[in-house]
Amino acid sequence: MRPADVAARTLDLVRAAAGPAAEAEVAVDRRRTALTRFAASAVHQNVADDTTTVRLQLHLGGRTTIVQGTATGAAGLRALVDDAVATAAAAPVDATWPGLARPGPPSGGRTARRSAEDDDPVARAGQVRAFVAALDGLPGAGFCSTRHHTAAYANTAGRFVAGTDTQATLDGVARCGTAEGVARASSSSLAGLDGARLGARAAAKARAGTDPVDLAPGRYQVVLEPTAVADVLWLLGYFGFDGRAYTRGSSFAEPGARQFDPAITIVDDPVGPDSLGLPFDVEGTGRRRLDLVTAGVTRGVVHNRRTARSAGADATGHADTDIPLSGGVATAHLHLLPAGPRCAAVPEVDGPAADAAVADLVGAVTDGLLVTDHFYTRALDPRAVVVTGLTRNGLWRIEGGRVTAPVRNLRFTQSYLRALAPGAVLGVGRHAVDVPAGLTAVVRAPALHLAEWNYTGGSDG
Amino acid sequence: MSHFDEAQAAVEAALAAGARYADARVLHRRTESMQARDGDVERLERGESAGVGVRALVGSGWGFQAVGELSTAAARRAGSAAAAIARASATLGGPPVDLITTPPRVGSWASGCAVDPATVPLSTKGDLLAGVTAASRAGGADVAEATYQTWDTRSWFVSSEGHRIDQHIRECGAGMSATAVGDSQTQRRSYPSAFGRYGTRGWDLVTELDLPAHAERIAEEARALLTAPLCPAGETTLILGGEQMSLQIHESVGHAIELDRILGWEAAFAGTSWLELGRLGSLRFGAPLMNITIDPTIPGAVGSFGYDDEGSPAIARDAVRDGIWVGVLAGRDSARAAGLDYAGNVRADGFARLPMVRMSNVGLEPGPHTLEEIIAATDDGILMETNRSYSIDDRRLNFQFGTEIGYEVKNGRLGRMLRNPTYTGISPRFWASMDMLSSEIVPYGLPICGKGQPLQLARPGHPAAPARFRNVRVGVRG
Repeated sequence: MRPADVAARTLDLVRAAAGPAAEAEVAVDRRRTALTRFAASAVHQNVADDTTTVRLQLHLGGRTTIVQGTATGAAGLRALVDDAVATAAAAPVDATWPGLARPGPPSGGRTARRSAEDDDPVARAGQVRAFVAALDGLPGAGFCSTRHHTAAYANTAGRFVAGTDTQATLDGVARCGTAEGVARASSSSLAGLDGARLGARAAAKARAGTDPVDLAPGRYQVVLEPTAVADVLWLLGYFGFDGRAYTRGSSFAEPGARQFDPAITIVDDPVGPDSLGLPFDVEGTGRRRLDLVTAGVTRGVVHNRRTARSAGADATGHADTDIPLSGGVATAHLHLLPAGPRCAAVPEVDGPAADAAVADLVGAVTDGLLVTDHFYTRALDPRAVVVTGLTRNGLWRIEGGRVTAPVRNLRFTQSYLRALAPGAVLGVGRHAVDVPAGLTAVVRAPALHLAEWNYTGGSDG
Repeated sequence: MSHFDEAQAAVEAALAAGARYADARVLHRRTESMQARDGDVERLERGESAGVGVRALVGSGWGFQAVGELSTAAARRAGSAAAAIARASATLGGPPVDLITTPPRVGSWASGCAVDPATVPLSTKGDLLAGVTAASRAGGADVAEATYQTWDTRSWFVSSEGHRIDQHIRECGAGMSATAVGDSQTQRRSYPSAFGRYGTRGWDLVTELDLPAHAERIAEEARALLTAPLCPAGETTLILGGEQMSLQIHESVGHAIELDRILGWEAAFAGTSWLELGRLGSLRFGAPLMNITIDPTIPGAVGSFGYDDEGSPAIARDAVRDGIWVGVLAGRDSARAAGLDYAGNVRADGFARLPMVRMSNVGLEPGPHTLEEIIAATDDGILMETNRSYSIDDRRLNFQFGTEIGYEVKNGRLGRMLRNPTYTGISPRFWASMDMLSSEIVPYGLPICGKGQPLQLARPGHPAAPARFRNVRVGVRG
């Protein structure tokens, strides 16, 4: 049965079991995911799963429950509905019920073009083979994944939406001695990835990272490549643009205040022509391009229906059940806008910089660091987004506009908010790329040239 | 009700499709969770999932396929698909893959459960969470939150070698927090830990935690932290509370002794390990006081089981004995690759995920002291309690932790409260500096530990007790 049919069938069962007074919403989500992992240039894990989840939220007699199941047959759906009705009757009174999404656009989502090869383990192996071949003898590790998502939402208020989304990601490192180089990209299809190009980039970084020097801890100008900027964006979203953090007072966000450098504009846009993600959330709220920061001025935060009610705002389509510890609300597809119009591609360059757009920013640095990636970043102070973490997968000294030496990894403790504060952003790259961030998200980011980053120690002590 | 037939069908289909080894797990899980905030229940959620996951080995290529459907036909399709994926894996070549030899196990196991959480009325559970959050608010919290979670999991495992095992594991736990919001900061206190306390137990664990007795205290402490002095920067004697010790063990010992990391299988994501197999049995990991065991047999601990997810029976094993590294967390294929003869720590997050090397219960054996004695024996130092942040490098060597609260220790007594405490170090140097360890072991555990791609969440246990460390760098700030 298609997700849309499962949703309709479930709502019929709810009406029959709970009567016309019940408020109910059903979200049905079929996910076909496949992921090929490799290490030492050989595939060591290769997995696929095909699971449909039915999520029913029922508000009955002032009480609310959510029940979720993987059974989609008639008996399974009936059991799900019966469980919801019984649970709701015994549940505590829900004083903060936000109501259901109302009928209205979008009536249907983007229909993703899906190639048959997106399900094919041989095609994934082909991408991995191309990546490994481009390493030219260096050992490589990483993964190639595809995800096809078919979702439908229906509620007793008459709203119905359905859509599909596909994503493919290739993420790999090359190792040269103790040095590692990384390249990663996401796309809407496996064909949109270029294993050979990514492998060559990872290998170039690894080779440029051998024999690193130690650098004294301190505050340095940095060029953060898109892979590192993705971490900054993701954590700003998690701790700041999250409506739950905002309503509990732990977010930095002050709509209307100039909290960022004028060069910074951040939007959440899962509905653009080449964006990733579904055009509605698990509560059926339609998504749209949402301005979070415009030329340095904070504009808003993302909400699900409950945080919106608490804040006296409208839901923005960001209810989320995927992100661990997210509290039910999360950004969908964050974009940090590049300088100038978006360009589809920029040339490769020699050396460790990811591409010509990164190299442009390196050229403007008199004395600083080129940072490929961040690792294990955790907030010491969520309000100021003070984060500790380490550099990874390539760190270089920049002197006189040129990369001069690889540097051993460093630990940092840095307020991400302060790093992007007015006057702190010296340059924004002209090319933004889609990169995986956090544990399950994808963000679109250019490189950044920042005035200061606080390194507090070497990774080896 | 048994689902051995579906698991058997999946294995047979994988073998028919060319696998030389296959195993299958049918899993049926019910979950329940509730969250309350500021005196109101915000969310009640129940879940039920069922499906089969099949692992097939063709040549030296692994394949895994899961389907969220329980029928022999679906299981057969999954078995065939797993073999096809394994064939694709083998096209890239690589080292030979094999499994250590273990006798096929036929058995059944269930965790203990004095009070089945399903028998406790939702209204009772809701009253508890709403009540403690209301009490925290009254005690001064700007935001008070509380939660409980339960898991009831039945599984049926079959392998082509003759394994046939069913298990019933019930897990349960709860926690709460109070947040105070200041002009430019927020401070949080939690109980019984930053992540709650969980176990392979019933609702009796939640009752024992006695959340109401701590609701006001954590609120008052959170508010007091807003005006407490900052943790000073420098090098000092550090006393860690038991809960923070559990995180210290998790990050700097538990992950470091995972054999898949040591072999480089996690190099691109979670990372590797500073431990080298050639030094197993001789490398000094820490002070002679340091004894760490891998023990999935601890009754009620959250990482306990009867058999792991490839059918190896639960057996206690030393990881660090008298400060020397002597054991790893292994699976049958990683053990074979490393030339070891034991496995037993492979687990999966539900039916749809591949079993991989995970922690069970990795924890300290008791020391000779008490926390009171440790404080009394310390002239100048800082006590830090309850994790607030954790970060460690990809070799599990360089760490930096923050805790919710700290206290000065002067002349053998606790002094002023300190806010934003942090400490940093290098794992073997840090563990070598441990000179006092308490006997007051508590079976702490984490409800969430991420590893693998696609991401898998596990619930490892970490028995831990307060301990003292010398010459530790504290007060690192941005």
